Amino acid sequence: MLENHAKLMQFFSSTEEIVGRKKLQKMIYILKKCEIPFEERYQFHFYGPYSEELTLRVEEMCNLGFVTETREEKKNYYQYRYQLTDSGRDFLKHYEMDLPPLNQHIDLMNERSSRFLELVSTMLFFEDLPKEEVAEKVFTVKSAQNYSDEDIEEGWTFIETIRGMH
Amino acid sequence: MAYRDEKLSEEKVFKDPVHRYVHVRERVIWDLIGTSEFQRLRRVKQLGTSYLTFHGAEHSRFNHSLGVYEIVRRIIENFKDRPHWNQEERLLCLCAALLHDLGHGPFSHSFEKVYKLDHEEFTQAILLGDTEVNQVLRRVEKGFPKKVADVINKTYENKLVVSLISSQIDADRMDYLQRDAYFTGVSYGHFDMERILRVMRPMEDQVVVKESGMHAVEDYIMSRYQMYWQVYFHPVTRSAEVILTKILHRAKELYDDGYTFKLEPVHFLSFFEGKPSLKEYLALDEAVVLYYFQMWMEEEDDVLSDLCQRFVNRRLFKYIEFNPNAQMNEWMELYKLFTKAGLNPDYYLVVDSSSDLPYDFYRPGEEGERLPIHLLQPSGELKELSRLSDIVESISGKKRTDHKLYIPLDRLEEMSNRSKTKKRIMEILFG
Repeated sequence: MLENHAKLMQFFSSTEEIVGRKKLQKMIYILKKCEIPFEERYQFHFYGPYSEELTLRVEEMCNLGFVTETREEKKNYYQYRYQLTDSGRDFLKHYEMDLPPLNQHIDLMNERSSRFLELVSTMLFFEDLPKEEVAEKVFTVKSAQNYSDEDIEEGWTFIETIRGMH
Repeated sequence: MAYRDEKLSEEKVFKDPVHRYVHVRERVIWDLIGTSEFQRLRRVKQLGTSYLTFHGAEHSRFNHSLGVYEIVRRIIENFKDRPHWNQEERLLCLCAALLHDLGHGPFSHSFEKVYKLDHEEFTQAILLGDTEVNQVLRRVEKGFPKKVADVINKTYENKLVVSLISSQIDADRMDYLQRDAYFTGVSYGHFDMERILRVMRPMEDQVVVKESGMHAVEDYIMSRYQMYWQVYFHPVTRSAEVILTKILHRAKELYDDGYTFKLEPVHFLSFFEGKPSLKEYLALDEAVVLYYFQMWMEEEDDVLSDLCQRFVNRRLFKYIEFNPNAQMNEWMELYKLFTKAGLNPDYYLVVDSSSDLPYDFYRPGEEGERLPIHLLQPSGELKELSRLSDIVESISGKKRTDHKLYIPLDRLEEMSNRSKTKKRIMEILFG
């Protein structure tokens, strides 16, 4: 029961908090692409890979009291902050999961901006293409973000680092 | 004349209960409709198992695909000569609209979940592989199949084109809401589409709606909200979906264990192995699936045979509301009690959550999370819908999740009233 929710709770338990829905979306996608067995399905959207399933599961966890969501007013939009609750920690005790430790992965991603994680997840979405075509595709579908060649290079280095973690 | 510009000698029309008529003038569109891959969509129901709840819901993905094409055709008609709109993209939009669901299989939600498939990958494979659809598209231009695939995959460079087929207010949703309402017979799901089409405006990278059309859009959002709870997520449909999912699991489990089926399930073998080829994928339509279910009713495996009888004869599981947080201990006890009672809890004690059927509610969300619906103000400024509409604002932040526990009540009732196991199960379930 709720095994996929439990995996996400394990993710939240590996960090103090996640700030921003966009960041959360991209982090889970990047972890999936690092062979971490999250089951949420993703599609490409205006801002890169996005999972409606993830959005709903997080909402369910909030409604069940496993995760808290705090809405903060920003200039022209809201931002959301997520933390695992004690109830969530108790629930998690019922599960034995074979997820590897995620702390390092999460710390690495938490340090980066959501704009950068959008770039990395977009590159990973197209990673079956030859490397030079990935850059071309990113420039085409993300023209508004004005990513540079240096950003792409940084993205590849980041991907190599995070995939090298155990 | 180039194939892409060829017109039929006279316009063809399909009579349609939702849009009255679907108009086809382009040779390319007519040829695409005639391909075997598109005709296959007649044999895949739009609403999967909903026909077991709403007996009218027998319409197919073929109907819906034609409907989406027709809506896009009408939108483009209104966009002609407007800024930001490039008429050169017209045929691409029409093809993408028509073909956007090409990769859907029978009961695709359950099949994808159990056999780890993705219908979007099959859509891409049909568009780009050795298929009749690909042949037609290639006649337009060598790179045309890839362009159509990119639009459907939402990775095409022109985001305005993508947003016609896939955005928070797109032709896909506008068709299925109205079509599903019509065929299920429910009275929700209706909104003034003509009005929305009249106030839609193309912008550089998205379709927006004039502020004066806000109330029509509110109706559309309400329709999405109502249809979700009343139709798409109906608890009885979820029960059918639970049983269907369990049948697919059981058949695979038996295959993995080396069980000998009375009739070798040849159409399923590649699915059990997790690698159906495109040809095998296309060969498995709903008629074939239901044929196997009929055959499996006679199997020696009690679980498979029982589940198939339940699905075919509509003897569905009953449900109760369930709170996984408050009732975790009860669930663990039930798991043991069901095992003791000879009911395999992996098949007969099922928690179903709202996230098991992902459906995108309208959420304004966070900046950069997902593109919302934008209203175009007279000043030229864009504002997110829920910032201007109290109605949308009020349904955007409400609790929209639930969990249900599905059980074969008939099997429990058959147990002896003297059974302590039965007594305890009933106590936990019904107090």
